[in-house]
Amino acid sequence: MADTEQLGPPQLELRGITKAFPGCLANDRVDLRIMPGEIHALLGENGAGKSTLVKIIYGVLRADAGSVQWEGQPVQVENPNQARKLGIGMVFQHFSLFEALTVTENIALGIGGDYNLKELAGRVREVSESYGLPLDPHRLVHSLSVGERQRIEIVRCLLQNPRLLIMDEPTSVLTPQEVEKLFETLRRLSDEGCAILYISHKLEEIRVLCHNATIMRAGRVVADCDPRQETARNMAQMMIGEDFATPEYAASRSKSEPLLSVHNLTLPTDDQFGVTLSQIDFEARGGEIVGVAGVAGNGQTELMSVLTGEALCEASEAIHITGEAVGRKGPRARRALGAAFVPEGRLGHGAVPDMSLLDNAYLSGYERMALTRGGFIDTGGRDDYARRIIEDFDVRTSGAHADAGSLSGGNLQKFIVGREILQGPRLIVISQPTWGVDAGAAAAIHQALIQLANGGAAVVVISQDLDEVLSLSDRFHVINEGRLSDSLDPRSASLEEIGLLMGGFHGGTQAEEVASHAA
Amino acid sequence: MLLRLEPRGEASHGLSYATPFLAVGLTLIGGCILFGLMGHNPFEAIYTFFIVPISSAYGLAELMVKATPIVLCAIGLALGFRANVWNIGAEGQLTLGAIAGGGVALLFYESESVLVLPLMIVAGILGGMAWAAIPAWLKTRFNANEILTSLMLTYVALLLLSTLVHGPWRDPEGYNFPESRLFSDSAVLPVIWEGTRLHIGAALTLALVAVAWVVISRTLMGFQIKVVGSAPQAAAYAGFSRKRMIWLTLLISGGLAGMAGLFEVSGPIGQLVPSISPGYGFTAIIVAFLGRLHPVGILLAGLLVALSYLGGESVQIEMGLPQAVTGVFQGMLLFFLLATDVLIKYRIRFTQPARSAT
Repeated sequence: MADTEQLGPPQLELRGITKAFPGCLANDRVDLRIMPGEIHALLGENGAGKSTLVKIIYGVLRADAGSVQWEGQPVQVENPNQARKLGIGMVFQHFSLFEALTVTENIALGIGGDYNLKELAGRVREVSESYGLPLDPHRLVHSLSVGERQRIEIVRCLLQNPRLLIMDEPTSVLTPQEVEKLFETLRRLSDEGCAILYISHKLEEIRVLCHNATIMRAGRVVADCDPRQETARNMAQMMIGEDFATPEYAASRSKSEPLLSVHNLTLPTDDQFGVTLSQIDFEARGGEIVGVAGVAGNGQTELMSVLTGEALCEASEAIHITGEAVGRKGPRARRALGAAFVPEGRLGHGAVPDMSLLDNAYLSGYERMALTRGGFIDTGGRDDYARRIIEDFDVRTSGAHADAGSLSGGNLQKFIVGREILQGPRLIVISQPTWGVDAGAAAAIHQALIQLANGGAAVVVISQDLDEVLSLSDRFHVINEGRLSDSLDPRSASLEEIGLLMGGFHGGTQAEEVASHAA
Repeated sequence: MLLRLEPRGEASHGLSYATPFLAVGLTLIGGCILFGLMGHNPFEAIYTFFIVPISSAYGLAELMVKATPIVLCAIGLALGFRANVWNIGAEGQLTLGAIAGGGVALLFYESESVLVLPLMIVAGILGGMAWAAIPAWLKTRFNANEILTSLMLTYVALLLLSTLVHGPWRDPEGYNFPESRLFSDSAVLPVIWEGTRLHIGAALTLALVAVAWVVISRTLMGFQIKVVGSAPQAAAYAGFSRKRMIWLTLLISGGLAGMAGLFEVSGPIGQLVPSISPGYGFTAIIVAFLGRLHPVGILLAGLLVALSYLGGESVQIEMGLPQAVTGVFQGMLLFFLLATDVLIKYRIRFTQPARSAT
């Protein structure tokens, strides 16, 4: 194995990398060493400085101090172009692909310079096949799944024969089968001598895949370890730096009447790249946590907006909240019935970035918390409410007057979740509750949702994080291409079954692929 | 040495108040250079432009007379701009307000009732609203760009006024001049400062500044306007309807512009003439931004820009400079404001050329 060989110079060695932004030291004397062929994990909470470090390696940012050595030679990476020339490839978490162009055209744009599209298509096919990344060079990107899109990015890197491949949170959007396939590819690359820097906060994955791990906290390297020797809990503690309470997941609750029921809901999309919801049927009873799992872009956004009332159904009877037909009613009426919502996007959707936390408390609380008197804002009541959220949910902020945009992702999410929970909802629908949130905040949010369900409220969790759905929900559905599967039991459903549902077993190229892969 | 703009990370609140003053300062410097190039003593010209017009009681009253329609229009526009509704047609709505309110005055020409004036004000507001309702409807129904529709309707309004005063509403005893009758005394705004033209509309405008301030900072409606403007998705999530805000802000800004038009014809002018505004409705756009879309800021900015109208006349009379000077000053003001606004989000760094950098 590559990690045990100490022959030759490291592929990449960073010494004393320091980078300061106004008001924050993002990287503080960071050392990092990656050997050829090593799969090296970079682990840390949001805001620990991982992205900054990676951007420095890839030439997007320049370090204030410190040195970079590439294959034993000191280098100064001025820009991503130079990084690619050196042999550094990077697969970003958010893909930058043109939906209306083909796979080959997108790759050509990413590579730049002179190319022959026909020749390139051939090479794309060749590389994608030899690494087990099936990809049709002539397909239009908008017709591809997220997993396939990620393959484009990987193939784009591989075409340039990288010596170091940086992967930023690559599995957050993949089905279990796709994850397994990705790992095969990465291991193969590693065997061929390509080093991989793998950024993630999913500890189990890192334990399975990586040879070494560097753990960062608050801009510093706090530990180097062999993830195969550590427990996930140990690594989590190194990452967070304090003991955190594990939510009490397993609890049997008594179920009451359905507080949300969706019946035969069909909603065509007017967006060219949107997803049409078809024949959605499900319900959530009081005291029950219902999960909706699925890969991003399969209708979660559309489902969420039709549940909040941001999009209206044709038939009023399609959605009932606490027994009332609300399919044609907006968010305000639904909130009045006792519903609360936490959308996926925090900045600009769940909260207004350039408004204070006071105003953001008012944003969704004006109705349920009776913060408006004769059209005037009850500023005293609003301020009390905002302060209570900050206190009860341990939101770290400089004060209630701080802009929502100045909070870290985890703190803002705690604020938004707290805001909704303090309204005493009978039903809460929450999308991506812990996306991009640090482990401590994630545990607090899970705990709050569980308590809400224990108190008799219905909780619906829409999440792309399968582990989250499995650990939180009493039962769950899988959403794929705008359709919802039957209800599944998280204790008895097999990963394989779930994966097939996520990948869409009802026809299409993906299903064939999965089938051929399983065979 | 190189100049480089570096993002601040967080917008500077202090500078968002300071840049309007900085812009005024730069405009003064620009003005000095301009007057100098034209062969005049720059300091004398600046003095004539900015100080002479307000060095008498009459001049101060005139300043407020000029500021009234500008501030009224700008307050309405600012509400819309906050909600991302770009009403550029305040000039047209102002004209329609003058036509509607003036029409009432002509209709009740013989009447001496005290109700004539209130009725004119209501008609003026409704006239402006009706004109603004057209872009609102086109926007909400067909998603037509309100910048274009409101702007184009301005020219329709001006032509409509012209048609009326050249034709049906022409003063029968007016020797064929394209003007309406002079309004009767019951249809003219009372003067509140003896010996000047300062009318009660100025006091009403001041009251409306206060009302607008309360609405923006203390009411659910003001909150909705701000949220719709700065985060449309969050507004939808909170249950605030964008369509309602489009209607609301266009009707309010149209109504206020209409009121401004009525104040002009029943105040300083006293009749309907082919041209009732030297572009107050357009100037109000500059004023709204110069005042940071805040009612009090708009009041101050309105006074400043009103001064530029008076200053333009002053240098025209005393130094024989062309009237275009007014437009040049207003243009420079907006130009420098937009330019200095970059500083709110960016800071200037002087850097050595890349070679010698660490």
